[in-house]
Amino acid sequence: MIQPILKIEDLHTHFFTDRGEVPAVDGVDLYVNPGEVLGIVGESGCGKSVTSLSILKLVPNPPGKIVSGNIYFKGRDIVPLKEKEMRKIRGDAVSMIFQEPMTSLNPLFTVGQQIIETVRLHRGLSKKQAREHATEMLRKVGIPRPEAIIDEYPHQLSGGMRQRVMIAMSISCSPELLIADEPTTALDVTIQAQILDLIRRLNEEQGTAVMLITHDLGVVAEMCHRVAVMYAGKVVEEGSVHDIFHNPLHPYTRGLIESVPRMDETRERLYSIPGNVPILSNDLKGCRFAPRCPNVMDICQQSIPQLTLQEKSHSCRCWLHESQQEDAV
Amino acid sequence: MSESLLEVKNLKKYYPINKGFFNRAQGFVKAVDDISFSVNKGETFGLVGESGCGKSTTGRALLRLIEPTAGEIWFEEQDITKLSMEEMRKRRREMQIVFQDPYSSLDPRNTVQRILEEPMIVHGVGNAKERRAAVKRLADVVGLAKAHLQRYPHQFSGGQRQRIGIARALALQPKLIVADEPVSALDVSIQSQVINLMQDLQREFGLTYIFIAHDLSVVKHICDRVAVMYLGRIVEITDKNKLYAQPMHPYTQALLSAVPEPNPDIRKERIILQGEVPSPANAPIGCAFNTRCPKVMDVCRNVRPPLLETDSGHLTACHLYDKEPIITRLA
Repeated sequence: MIQPILKIEDLHTHFFTDRGEVPAVDGVDLYVNPGEVLGIVGESGCGKSVTSLSILKLVPNPPGKIVSGNIYFKGRDIVPLKEKEMRKIRGDAVSMIFQEPMTSLNPLFTVGQQIIETVRLHRGLSKKQAREHATEMLRKVGIPRPEAIIDEYPHQLSGGMRQRVMIAMSISCSPELLIADEPTTALDVTIQAQILDLIRRLNEEQGTAVMLITHDLGVVAEMCHRVAVMYAGKVVEEGSVHDIFHNPLHPYTRGLIESVPRMDETRERLYSIPGNVPILSNDLKGCRFAPRCPNVMDICQQSIPQLTLQEKSHSCRCWLHESQQEDAV
Repeated sequence: MSESLLEVKNLKKYYPINKGFFNRAQGFVKAVDDISFSVNKGETFGLVGESGCGKSTTGRALLRLIEPTAGEIWFEEQDITKLSMEEMRKRRREMQIVFQDPYSSLDPRNTVQRILEEPMIVHGVGNAKERRAAVKRLADVVGLAKAHLQRYPHQFSGGQRQRIGIARALALQPKLIVADEPVSALDVSIQSQVINLMQDLQREFGLTYIFIAHDLSVVKHICDRVAVMYLGRIVEITDKNKLYAQPMHPYTQALLSAVPEPNPDIRKERIILQGEVPSPANAPIGCAFNTRCPKVMDVCRNVRPPLLETDSGHLTACHLYDKEPIITRLA
């Protein structure tokens, strides 16, 4: 049995707002194996970004807080760690790429200074070595003329270039886990293809494990080995990329896949999931998807189904499949 | 032969770059650089391309929300670029627009009732009672409840706001709707609701759409014919089946190959383009795509390829399909 590089157990991250407690991440279990690309898919507000911020303990507090649960990074629980110890992990063993590279790079520092800061902090290189290393990283992510770009400011670069700089920075200390939160959402398709290609090469050549958060099913199908589908703060289905796309079990996953217009086939009409994502609160009873579910049953309104293993490494949180199991027993 | 509703001829939109003490034009950003196309009655015409290719500028210039620099726009046998502001305002009853961002395109201080009624007031349609009835009908058509009419835009989700935006565009019973990225800000499950709604409305009211988008899968689903834009120019126009089955222009080929598909078994031969789109202030001489084209030839760096028929109903602007080699005179 391989030890997962990251294992999340029953994570609850809640936000305490004027309107009450919002359980943005409501009991999430996940793991990432070494060298694997795990995709986390879901729509706005499903808790996928808050989950990733929780891993680095970057959830703004207040109003957000990890209420309970464990996050094991290489077997060590990082939830109780102090800020000082977290800083040693961030950017070193675990690093993150954000959606909007403009707001996540510091506009007052050159690209080089920002990368150099990271490597000097974690690797203790001299200024000269750090600069060479930074140039090397920029070259690695496909930035033309890295010797010149290193002294430019983020605003002088295009969106695709900025995202490359973000990636260069995040891989500068050869992380074991890279968390990419919608890394290509703000980019055009041809630039997206370049960036995805870059992340894939990192994974394949250096064995960096990647947690890829996205709402784009196309990106998931293309990049990921395993997929977790989130809805309203919970993982509703998890399995290999083939399980998820060829044999989706949860009605939400099915609805999501059916809703996407596709290039490889022609459909007269798109399927659409009726209604909207629920407003999260602790008062919700039953399955979160029940109000929109085409297969809703009485029990769905009453209590929340558990995430249960259906077949090898394919699990689903749905009463439809729980009952099948009970019948089988 | 289907009847055309809109004919665009040599449309241009240049923005001057003013510099220096006298603020003289030192050059132009050619946002839309000499494009021509026609849209048939009842069809959905797609305009696709990446950011900065001029697709939104084109959409707005068609309604003269942005004043075109040159060119003709024939809407039902009338060149609307020649109309005065007042005549144009009246003409816009028949040409409406739906914007991308459902958050910033609705006035936050007005109720939905007022937002939907306003176009009718502006154009003097009906009396107060008739307008109220019309607003109710509109809400019903786009799937909003009666109770929603007294609410304000911030009380709605993105998908519902887009429904309000569509209802507003429908208020004057237009013939043409320009939809500028109407679903790109929406989540997948909501996106399909709005796409289905737009298709239903088209059937019901015989609408013609110009659908501007960057998402090629959505465009394939909804459009009949598609024009691909790059750096202010149209590089290819054809019906959607031809475009997706047999793209001719190297840019279209790269664009289509770059779209990730939601099927893990498809491993596409991907053409990864090098570099980025050049600045429209400084477009390359000759073909605009020559700096990134994998099949670039000498002629591409000197002569702008015209948009010519390469197959019946399939127009491509590319020197690869030149009938006779173009002899370039070296300057």
